[in-house]
Amino acid sequence: MSLLSWGMFPNIQNKIFALRDDKSLSSYIKETDEFIPYGNGRSYGDSALNDNLLYAKPYNNFLSFDEDKGILEAQVGVLLSEILEAFVSRGWFLKVTPGTKLITLGGAIASDVHGKNHHVEGCFSECVEEFTIMGVDGDIKSCKKGDELFLATCGGMGLTGVILRAKISLKKINSKNINQTTIKTKNLKETFEAFEAHKEKPYSVAWIDCLAKDEDIGKCLLMVGDFADDGNLEYKSKKKLTIPFNFPSFALNTLSVKAFNYLYYAKAKDGISKQKVDIDTFFYPLDAIGDWNKIYGRGGFTQYQFILPKEQSYEGLKEILTKISASGKGSFLAVLKLYGKENKNYLSFPLEGYSLALDFKIESGLFELLDTLDEVVLKYGGRIYLTKDVRVSKETFEKGYPQIEKFRAFRKEHKMDKKLNSLQSKRVQI
Amino acid sequence: MSYVLIIGAKSDIAKEVARVYAKNGYNLYLASRESESLADLKQDIEIRSGVEVKLVEFDITAFDTHEEFYTSLSERPLGVIVVAGFMCEQKVAQKDWSKTLQTINVNYTGALSILNIVANDFEKERRGFIVGVSSVAGDRGRKANYIYGSAKAGFSAYLSGLRNRLYESGVSVLSVKPGFVNTKMTESLDLPQNLTAQPQEVAEDIFNAQQRGRNILYTKTIWMFIMLVIKHIPESIFKKMSI
Repeated sequence: MSLLSWGMFPNIQNKIFALRDDKSLSSYIKETDEFIPYGNGRSYGDSALNDNLLYAKPYNNFLSFDEDKGILEAQVGVLLSEILEAFVSRGWFLKVTPGTKLITLGGAIASDVHGKNHHVEGCFSECVEEFTIMGVDGDIKSCKKGDELFLATCGGMGLTGVILRAKISLKKINSKNINQTTIKTKNLKETFEAFEAHKEKPYSVAWIDCLAKDEDIGKCLLMVGDFADDGNLEYKSKKKLTIPFNFPSFALNTLSVKAFNYLYYAKAKDGISKQKVDIDTFFYPLDAIGDWNKIYGRGGFTQYQFILPKEQSYEGLKEILTKISASGKGSFLAVLKLYGKENKNYLSFPLEGYSLALDFKIESGLFELLDTLDEVVLKYGGRIYLTKDVRVSKETFEKGYPQIEKFRAFRKEHKMDKKLNSLQSKRVQI
Repeated sequence: MSYVLIIGAKSDIAKEVARVYAKNGYNLYLASRESESLADLKQDIEIRSGVEVKLVEFDITAFDTHEEFYTSLSERPLGVIVVAGFMCEQKVAQKDWSKTLQTINVNYTGALSILNIVANDFEKERRGFIVGVSSVAGDRGRKANYIYGSAKAGFSAYLSGLRNRLYESGVSVLSVKPGFVNTKMTESLDLPQNLTAQPQEVAEDIFNAQQRGRNILYTKTIWMFIMLVIKHIPESIFKKMSI
């Protein structure tokens, strides 16, 4: 059986070894020339793909929980959804969660994921108290905030060893509901103003209509919110719809994209509306549709996510949205987000500014388009998110990540550069 | 809250079944050989769900210990789920009688030995549920897997008869027929992804089917159709096939 990434591209054969215990892992590492850890296959591109995959999901026991401090220790194959199932009803939630709960704890650390509250709480590594990791020599080290290993591993794309167990702190909540405000904006300028105006709200994200043209460019639905205080903690994961097969690729033409965008746009009729929604609706809307990646057809898709420094964001986004709109390559969803301060991790994606994420079906001409978008991103001092990426060049990647040489040196020093690799790490030579 | 007894608790499917029942508020007896090796799972489930988990020593092939095992449980379980299974490669089993015998003893004889005891008790009490994890391999013998398949066929027939008998007493019996499942047992096999279920999926399916009082569960559902076709191929053709 071969494993794919979320974008289902590239489609390569691989050999899988399941992570079950330290001992068999250490012999696997010794016997395998080159491999990369793989969690639940939610990274979009080739960051967790190679000929040999270490499948970490079966390694998924909860190890301890400190009721007073809200600190959970678990093996890395545990899904964030399992953490929610266990703890929301007891009044705990993840400090930082991405837009899907179907990722492993190990993946969350390796991608140093972020969520709608980045401008307030930062990346996932903020809630990681410590972790244990097996190096390529088979030795197990424990690692705390501030260690170089911590800086390299959080956001390090699984390239600094096999994370085994981690302690993360959870946050207290008093409801499974979120009071959400939806603000409709007419253009990019209004969108930016709306973000600034609601900056104090802990959670915010905007859905951009990417097909809008000219003066409409950047029109969006901005959703901001915070946990309610109604004491209702009754939480059960919703049963999900599933897409049982790959859609034929003609299903995703410009019209269906327009229809989809329209539906979202029609939601807030008079500019501002308020809703009370639950955790799953607010944080994980797409998880409600099982394998939604299949909607892009057998050829697969990719997500292009970049971030620009705050001062350059307006100009840069305008330029990029104009190019996308002119290309006619419809993006099913485009997510705009305001970010807070950059952390010290070597390869974490976020910096203070705005990021945009768009999906593209893999088709001829796409990578050329993305190359031209790369140029704009670099011109404005931005960077590309490795967890979503399947095609960025070494040169583009490097320019966005000033700490890359520290990361490379660290890998080399600890002899990881030969043993631990993904298709992506080889492409961008990290 | 009531206890559910899981027989053969070491398998990947059993581990997920245990987690699902715990998540829904059931306390658990996890029965297996060397049950202390399940201490990690016990801890995991207690943290996740706050239910009570008791590890109990049980050998499915030590038939004469089963009566005492069952009566010594401190609380009578509300449900019993038999997940124990043993599969060895057909080519090995057909040459090595001890492997054949172990296949029969784990998948069939042992399961019957403990379930006879449970059934008598549940029938008397007029309550409880029984779940037996059989296999699609029991629906028709194929050259690739017929020793294991025949033991599972026997177990399926037993569950069907048991369901019939216990209907009057209001005790439900669910036969589970998983197709391919991604577990330790199948790790080395190259299974088609569309037909292969994750153990978590199988466990959720079992819980839902049992709670709804269903009789037979194929998981994934597509296996019901596959086996329908396979069962209806005329023997004169089937004997020449390699599937």
